[in-house]
Amino acid sequence: MSGRSRSALLLAIVLAVATALTGCVAPATPAPSPTAEAVAPEEKPAEGTPYKVGFLAAITGGAAFLGEPERNAAVMIQKQLDAQGGIVGPDGVRHRVQLLIHDTEGKGDVAIPVAKKIISDDGVVASVAGTTSGVSMALVPVFQEAEVVMVSMASSSAIVEPVSERKWIFKTAQSNKHTAPWQVRYAKAKGYTKVANFYVHDAYGEDGASAIREAAKAEGIEIVLEETFNAGDADMTAQLTKLKASDAQALLVTAITPAAPVLTKQFREMGLEIPLIHNHGIGMKPFITLAGVENAEGVVFPMGKLVAADQLPDGDPQKQVLQQFIRDYEASAGGPASTFAGHGWDAVMLILKGLEKLPDGLSLEEQRTRLRDEIENLKGFAGTGGVFNLSPEDHVGLSPDDVVMVRITNGEWEYFPPEKW
Amino acid sequence: MPDYDFSDYLQFLISGASTGSIYVLIALGLVFIYNVTGVINLAQGEFAMLGAMLGVVFYKANLPLGVSALLAVICVVGIGALIQRLTIHPARRAPEVSVIMITIGTAIAVRGLALLVWGTTPHSLPDFSPGSPVRLWGAVLGRQRLWIVGTAAVVLLILYLFFEFTLLGKAVRACAIDRQAAELVGVDTQGMALLAYGIGAGMSAIAGIVIAPLTLVSYNMGLSLGLKGFVVSIMGGMVSAPAAVVGGLLLGILESLASGLLSSGIKDAVAFVVLFAVLLGRTMNLGEHLRFRGRS
Amino acid sequence: MTALSGRWSRRGRWTGIATLVTVLALLPLILRTPYALSTLVLIGIYSIVTIGLCLLMGYAGQVSLGQAAFFGLGAYGSAILTTHLRWSPWLAMPVSAVFTAIVAYLIGVPIFRLHGHYLAMGTLAFGIIVTIFLSEWKEYTGGPSGLPGIPRLTLRGTPIKTDLAYYYLVWAFAIVALIIALNVVDSRFGRALRAIRDSEPAAQSLGIEISSYKLRTLALSAVYASVAGSLHAHYMIFVSPNACDLDLSIRLVLMAAVGGLASIWGAPFGTALVILLTLVLREIIPLLSGYGSGEHQIIAYGALLVVIMIFMPQGLSATVSRTWRRMGGLDGLRRRLRRAP
Repeated sequence: MSGRSRSALLLAIVLAVATALTGCVAPATPAPSPTAEAVAPEEKPAEGTPYKVGFLAAITGGAAFLGEPERNAAVMIQKQLDAQGGIVGPDGVRHRVQLLIHDTEGKGDVAIPVAKKIISDDGVVASVAGTTSGVSMALVPVFQEAEVVMVSMASSSAIVEPVSERKWIFKTAQSNKHTAPWQVRYAKAKGYTKVANFYVHDAYGEDGASAIREAAKAEGIEIVLEETFNAGDADMTAQLTKLKASDAQALLVTAITPAAPVLTKQFREMGLEIPLIHNHGIGMKPFITLAGVENAEGVVFPMGKLVAADQLPDGDPQKQVLQQFIRDYEASAGGPASTFAGHGWDAVMLILKGLEKLPDGLSLEEQRTRLRDEIENLKGFAGTGGVFNLSPEDHVGLSPDDVVMVRITNGEWEYFPPEKW
Repeated sequence: MPDYDFSDYLQFLISGASTGSIYVLIALGLVFIYNVTGVINLAQGEFAMLGAMLGVVFYKANLPLGVSALLAVICVVGIGALIQRLTIHPARRAPEVSVIMITIGTAIAVRGLALLVWGTTPHSLPDFSPGSPVRLWGAVLGRQRLWIVGTAAVVLLILYLFFEFTLLGKAVRACAIDRQAAELVGVDTQGMALLAYGIGAGMSAIAGIVIAPLTLVSYNMGLSLGLKGFVVSIMGGMVSAPAAVVGGLLLGILESLASGLLSSGIKDAVAFVVLFAVLLGRTMNLGEHLRFRGRS
Repeated sequence: MTALSGRWSRRGRWTGIATLVTVLALLPLILRTPYALSTLVLIGIYSIVTIGLCLLMGYAGQVSLGQAAFFGLGAYGSAILTTHLRWSPWLAMPVSAVFTAIVAYLIGVPIFRLHGHYLAMGTLAFGIIVTIFLSEWKEYTGGPSGLPGIPRLTLRGTPIKTDLAYYYLVWAFAIVALIIALNVVDSRFGRALRAIRDSEPAAQSLGIEISSYKLRTLALSAVYASVAGSLHAHYMIFVSPNACDLDLSIRLVLMAAVGGLASIWGAPFGTALVILLTLVLREIIPLLSGYGSGEHQIIAYGALLVVIMIFMPQGLSATVSRTWRRMGGLDGLRRRLRRAP
């Protein structure tokens, strides 16, 4: 053999050995949730097959601001599950539940292989997946093809519509089409007829912008200016200058942190005095500190009721759930609760509620199919985002009534029902 | 397109100039480092991020703003020197591509470290001099923007004085003009490389701190700043400081105008189209004739 | 120069290829899990790109920090043609490749007037401009969130969707790519390239028309990248600007460099090594630090890049063949085995 082919042979061997390492390393270690290898089960009556549920969130990357609270909510639930030994099925059989928490980095091409892995290698019965609308959209074909339930935590309606092509996909975050009408309704109630529509340049922003356009048309309000900006932009004075030069009477925004506070800051700096109406993307306390308390003053936006849990009337079905969630979350994660943590919590709970209806002894395929059916018919579940009433035509289950308007006053969220407008 | 009047155009100009000043500061650091060491430091943006982050850290530890800023800059100068010693110095004989990759790798590692230490939450610094914005013929100039332009001007002045009137400055210039000749007259070129990196990093840090109150500080703010600063430095052929100053301001203004007159989405593309145009427009000879003289 | 560049004996080369094909054919019997197979698929796809990159950087001596742009153009080309225009994926792939080659030619003309750093930066700028363009042209590309729901490649009517089937498909392409590249390197074209890389003035004095060769090599490497991009699109059934950005360009250069820039054989191994290292990091780091490992991976990746560039600028294949030669090669191995009890 010549020297060249010797080297080729050697390298072929190196490749084989190296890729054999993949086999050794990869399937053997699913990312552990931090409390894995938890409770050693004591003698419990009838322990059934343990359930594995995936949880894919953007823990790092551009959307980590949202994904981290979601992950914290999942961790909190895992701790609770371990403490109580899992869930109990209708036949009294107890099943341990393990959440496989993975990072998507907010990118579709990272999320997809991870999703495939948990579906085929780990055999999850369902998965929460998708912090952002973009990643959720990328994962939809994967879960549809594999016929496994996916519950997204993102906003875009396109994730669950058209329902005929989304048999296995659900989501827990309010859609922009639930929140945009509130933004427009507020503008209308204040007598504005011309507004500007600013949105972040991604799937979430596009979805929000089109929801605003629809709502504006329905209410007879004219959109005189539309502008976009990137999620990571540091300078929006150009767009704001255009706004100043236009005759818009109010600014409607679809954006999340960090773009949202930067926009707000620079908006005030430009001396613009028209009202600033954000959307539910700013539903986290850091928005106020980052934009600056004086700059955030007077900002109005629609939100899930988490914001004002204590100010809700006592009869509200969500009040107790929310207060409990806030307490538990702050104890477990050590930081303030946000609606995004709530979306993660709601998503896992939806799956757990479905699992509770499954008898023991089903094959994985049967579990997946029956779980889907159970979730699709879930009614009256009071979560943090609202009261969920799912159906074969509606894979979100929320309505605009689950959303309230909030005003930022003195650095705090103030419940802002229509009476106060 | 909305009906613009004079004050709107002025607004575009002013916002663009203040953003451009940031680019100038970062580009000057790049030019400086390149002139002395021959390295294109693609991690320059990360120094800006570190400066801003450390500024936040010190400020949150209840140190006064000015002291925090100063300490942050000093720390970053040290970090810059450290990075030069650890990553550039061992590779001084490696091919160009390798060195570029090394600076990229350093940038990635620093970014990851920042993510680990400070997390994903953006931070902010307060305005240096709080108060209402200044109004100039209908255009609004936030006070922080004045700080940005002012700081850039002061840094330029200090650099000019340094290179023109101090012995150390002259030694650095000698290195930049001809390294071998400098060595022959007794200049310690290794030490100069270290110094250059430290100072270049420091300039970036100043840029990061002064822009922090305006935009937010997050672990990945360095990427885009570094790239833009890099585009500007290329305008001067990597060797000319005055060209970098003019180029930086021009780029900032162009971005602002493009965003206002065309569409906001292509703002980022402007920098790279300009880069392309500049690269094609110049020839190597021109670059070599406009050597860095330290004059601003 | 590494032992693996330069001239090959016909027999040696075909032995090497036969060995590789055998190993690849048998590998799925050992590594069966879909996860392992999908890793191998990705290694195969990126190897195609790095082989092309080796031709460009190692043989023609032209730096490219924007190769991901060609990959992206191929991926998006296939994606748009098959989803919006409902073309057959098998038709879309070559059409995208031709389109990408044309773009490469158009870009090459101005860009090859630059040298050294400037060339590198020009390619960098080109790469970024393409990414921004893909992100902005929302109606066709789906914008920053990407384009999902891309149809699969089909073979006689059945879609190729299992990881195993895709594995064979991709590696078939990769082997063909390898053979073509090896032929190019060994031909007059390849010799001319090496002459250009070693000294442009000297090559010119021999009558070699430099810009024509550079352009053709750029176009060839672009075609490689484009085909790989198309394969990737049909595999992930999703494309996004994230998957073909500066980050990928850098990783590709790293993969090529690790394998040895001037080594065609080194390309797939460098690719495999870098991907495996990323994977190992992803698996091991959570065990050391609990959840949220993303940050550590980023740091480790950056540090790795630095270390490799400092200590192995000539790449893996150079180190391997150097060690092999120092150990005395095959004869040395036989001697050692005989001595051992």
